[in-house]
Amino acid sequence: MGARKSIVALVIVLAILAIAPLGLPRFYTYLIALIVTTGLLSTSLNFVLGFGGIYQFHHAVFYGAGAYGAAIMIAKLGYSGWLGFVAGPLVAAALSFIIGLICVRLSKLYFGMLQISLGSLVWAIVYRWYGFTGGDDGIHGIPMPELVGSPLGAYYFALIVGGLSLLVMHRILNSPFGSTLQGIRDNAVRSQAVGVNVRRHQLAAIVIAGFFGGVAGVLFVVVDNSVFPDMMFWTLSLEITIMALLGGWLTFLGPMLGAAVIVCLRTFVSGFTDYWTLILGILLVLVILFLPEGLLGYVLEAWKRRTSESAEG
Amino acid sequence: MLQVRNLHKSFGGFKAVNGANLQVADGEIVAVIGPNGAGKTTLFNLITGILSPDGGQVMFKGEDITGLPAHRTCKKGITRSFQVVNIFSRLTVFENVRIAVLSQQGKTFNLFTPSRRLVTDETASILKSVGLMKKKDSVCGALSHGDQKVLEIAIALGGKPELLILDEPTAGMSPEETARCIDLIKELRSSMGLTILFCEHDMEIVFGIANRIMVMVRGATIIQGACDEVRCNQAVQDAYLGGGDVCSV
Repeated sequence: MGARKSIVALVIVLAILAIAPLGLPRFYTYLIALIVTTGLLSTSLNFVLGFGGIYQFHHAVFYGAGAYGAAIMIAKLGYSGWLGFVAGPLVAAALSFIIGLICVRLSKLYFGMLQISLGSLVWAIVYRWYGFTGGDDGIHGIPMPELVGSPLGAYYFALIVGGLSLLVMHRILNSPFGSTLQGIRDNAVRSQAVGVNVRRHQLAAIVIAGFFGGVAGVLFVVVDNSVFPDMMFWTLSLEITIMALLGGWLTFLGPMLGAAVIVCLRTFVSGFTDYWTLILGILLVLVILFLPEGLLGYVLEAWKRRTSESAEG
Repeated sequence: MLQVRNLHKSFGGFKAVNGANLQVADGEIVAVIGPNGAGKTTLFNLITGILSPDGGQVMFKGEDITGLPAHRTCKKGITRSFQVVNIFSRLTVFENVRIAVLSQQGKTFNLFTPSRRLVTDETASILKSVGLMKKKDSVCGALSHGDQKVLEIAIALGGKPELLILDEPTAGMSPEETARCIDLIKELRSSMGLTILFCEHDMEIVFGIANRIMVMVRGATIIQGACDEVRCNQAVQDAYLGGGDVCSV
């Protein structure tokens, strides 16, 4: 797809999202904000998974770290909301640096297993430490700055910050750092042989992904005014991995599409049946069998084929 | 330029490299030959830091680089191609070489400038010099084997080497591709002034382009010398060239 067409499409989508609250009931703006938040989380995971080839199996822990970082700054330590919003992603980045530093010397599945273990350790601490984190109750009714205190304010905050985060990540993936990261994904030995310090680049990518996972956590705090330990439970990590696979893990916006599909499925289908995950499971099997590049991956591929055919014909 | 002294490397109980010695002088083309499993590729892996030796020493331009990791030896000026094609298969030809150039210029931690605006001239001139410019936008997984082997060399050139190591550069190539590749290697030496170390099974190529030859058998160097000296050496003939009198060929 040409760069100009992509920009036009993006502007149209943004315009629709910007005016959406005018015509939609409040529930739907909440839903969109939730999709943006979850989609950002899944995109940040895909930054290392799809573009870095790093098996970050427990990415949600950075989502939780960002959310708890902000929530504790505001609700427990009494700092202003804005300061909390900045602190959240920094906490997440710091945590991802520590976990990344320990895991990065391992490769592939071993990396993934150790990363799950360390992430679960963080979850266990948060789950048990009632005095500081609220334990399994979490923290609710977190006071928000006035500007983002209303549902509408929260919606626009999520939209703007989410959009900016996507732009920055997209930019990074097209930079020399991003090219190098994709080179490492395809061939780590060759990358080393052309002079790339593989571990150092992987660690940097993990920290960047952790940071934006933390941004997603802050968005959730703004939209929902609460945090709870489930936000960093491993099942959520699995869910956002599925979103990335479903949408297309080699495309930039695939995870966002996957998030939209799954969040909508959960919201609407779970009203009819408790077995909505069964439908998700069948959908996933179908995608893996027939569209291994994911939904968006398939669409882009089909588009490319059509344009090259029309160019030749 | 390069001195390898008494290098050793074992895998489990198997001594892959067992006393290798090698001298490469500035501007030379040196070939390493030896039967399959003689340890040629392992030797190259040890020199370039993909593997770390158990014993011995590697000196490059008077500096001890023994056991230095691959990304550091590359920055010192040694780059290499691989025997089995080893490229970034999802990226285009151009992007493959660009990664090497970006890395050579220390730009891989640049987070915000779009890659497509950087190092395009350097990358293009490398692709022109190896004759792959026409295919620069092809995804390289889809190239022919011969082109992929040439791309191997192009990626290695992206690191701006002083010493270029080629591990069986013509393996699996058709006769025409082989001829082109030989011309390319000669051209690299004369126009870019590169020092080249390579290994190869095709004796015609070896005797055609090498200034000096090192012979390895079972991990050990048995001789290094000028082509004629090696060709007529009795130990080499026994071990490798089949025992017949090839001196008169």
